[in-house]
Amino acid sequence: MPAKMATRGLSVWYGSKRAIQDVTLDVEENAVTALIGPSGCGKSTFLRTLNRMNDLVEGCRVEGVVTLDGEDVYGRDVDAVAVRRRVGMVFQKSNPFPRSIFENVAFGLRIAGMRDRQTLAARVEESLRDAALWDEVKDRLGDSALALSGGQQQRLCIARALAVRPEVVLMDEPASALDPIATARIEELIRELKRRYTIVIVTHSMQQAARVSDFTAFFYMGELVEYGPTERIFTRPIQKRTEEYITGRFG
Amino acid sequence: MTRTARDRALAAATGLCVALVLGMLLVVVGEIVRHGWPQLSWAFLTDQPTADMTGGGIFPAIYGTVALTLLMTVAVVPMGVATAVWLHEYAGRSSRLAAVVRAAVHNLAGVPSIVFGLFGLGFFVLFLGGSIDDLVYGDPTRPVWGKPGVLWAALTLAVLTLPVVIVTTEEALRAVPRDLREAALGLGATRLQTVVRVVLPNARAGILTGLILAVSRGAGEVAPILFTGAANFLPYLPSDLRDMFMHLGYHVFVLATQSPNVEAARPALYGTVLVLLVLTLSLNVAAVWLRSRYRAALRS
Repeated sequence: MPAKMATRGLSVWYGSKRAIQDVTLDVEENAVTALIGPSGCGKSTFLRTLNRMNDLVEGCRVEGVVTLDGEDVYGRDVDAVAVRRRVGMVFQKSNPFPRSIFENVAFGLRIAGMRDRQTLAARVEESLRDAALWDEVKDRLGDSALALSGGQQQRLCIARALAVRPEVVLMDEPASALDPIATARIEELIRELKRRYTIVIVTHSMQQAARVSDFTAFFYMGELVEYGPTERIFTRPIQKRTEEYITGRFG
Repeated sequence: MTRTARDRALAAATGLCVALVLGMLLVVVGEIVRHGWPQLSWAFLTDQPTADMTGGGIFPAIYGTVALTLLMTVAVVPMGVATAVWLHEYAGRSSRLAAVVRAAVHNLAGVPSIVFGLFGLGFFVLFLGGSIDDLVYGDPTRPVWGKPGVLWAALTLAVLTLPVVIVTTEEALRAVPRDLREAALGLGATRLQTVVRVVLPNARAGILTGLILAVSRGAGEVAPILFTGAANFLPYLPSDLRDMFMHLGYHVFVLATQSPNVEAARPALYGTVLVLLVLTLSLNVAAVWLRSRYRAALRS
């Protein structure tokens, strides 16, 4: 089976500083791929390159190839906005709009031109159910999203990303600001979502990577050190640096 | 001198300066309120001036000031906000053009207001108005647009207050968290959609503050409207964009220097100054209040 997304010889610069160096990696469909590594290793940069969020960073330059279903994401005729509709994103810090719960989830649909109220309502409910938030908010969809707890806000952000029905969901340390219970719920959700979505998650918690992912990529100093099935990476790493990192000797 | 003595001397000197400033403010405001207050009445606010402006009220001046300021607002807000949006959302941080525009905006803010008045006369009244007349009517002896009027005065004031709106709007845009922009863009919003649906709504309190500051600055300026539309006295209220108008600030000038009987006009003068002062002061207070509320909302 061909990879859902893939990079070939991908390098990313911020000004004259190279943040990612020559990364070649396949993201499998309907699987969870975890990116791990110490702070500043380039894992977040790599993630943001996949849906062209780095286009917005001044001085950022991308070299190499990123493909989505075999199609070059950075191709000359490819619109970054169209890429981001297919490759959604959940951020480290939950960032709901200061609006109602309903309007948060409906945002992506509205900007895509969906007007019909019933369709909108149905899609909002479906997305909130997918994000395991529906039962907690169904009676107060008109309330401000900022009134929700941290964990609920993050699930709302996931619901908001799912509402536009992306094919790939990128998650940048989605649980790093949450307590253990909220984290467990997010992890459960990720395992649930991979049946229908391709998920790439950045995490600094190796336990989390081990719990939720099918594949793990270890980044160090902007390079991809090792990539493979999660179980193998954590039990029989080939590279010495991977072993040192996962056994907690540095990072 | 020992260190503590020096400290004390400095404290005394700065305290004296503060007292001086407060004292001057108190004398100015106190004088105006003392003389102006007895003059205030419902009739003063709603009547026409009579008896060479020594009697009656100042309603036409209030009306003219409000009309002028509203028109100015309609002109300055879209232009100022659009400029700020371009500067902050579209032009890159290293854009040369943006640097030039910013420098121009700051220079604009430093231009004396009488220069704006002359610019308004030359550009809006004579050039723009005159050109319309040439094109449409072709009779230079009977100008329709090419003469001072409330529209030209409002546009002149809009140019004067443009820097205030641009600077405060840009500040408001800067205060919108990057997170929210990324959230919108990550959902497939275009830049324009992000600006219109996320950035501007979240900056509206800041933009409103800029607007109020612009209005309070514009409402008190006399020099820019001197040649572009203000009238000594008008027997009617302006009803057309091309009509001239009376204005509180200009009315103060007229009462103080142009009246045939300065002594007799004095009570009306104090009353007018008080009204003008209350108007601009309350606008400033509203701006400060809005801004503090906005900052508090951002922090939480």
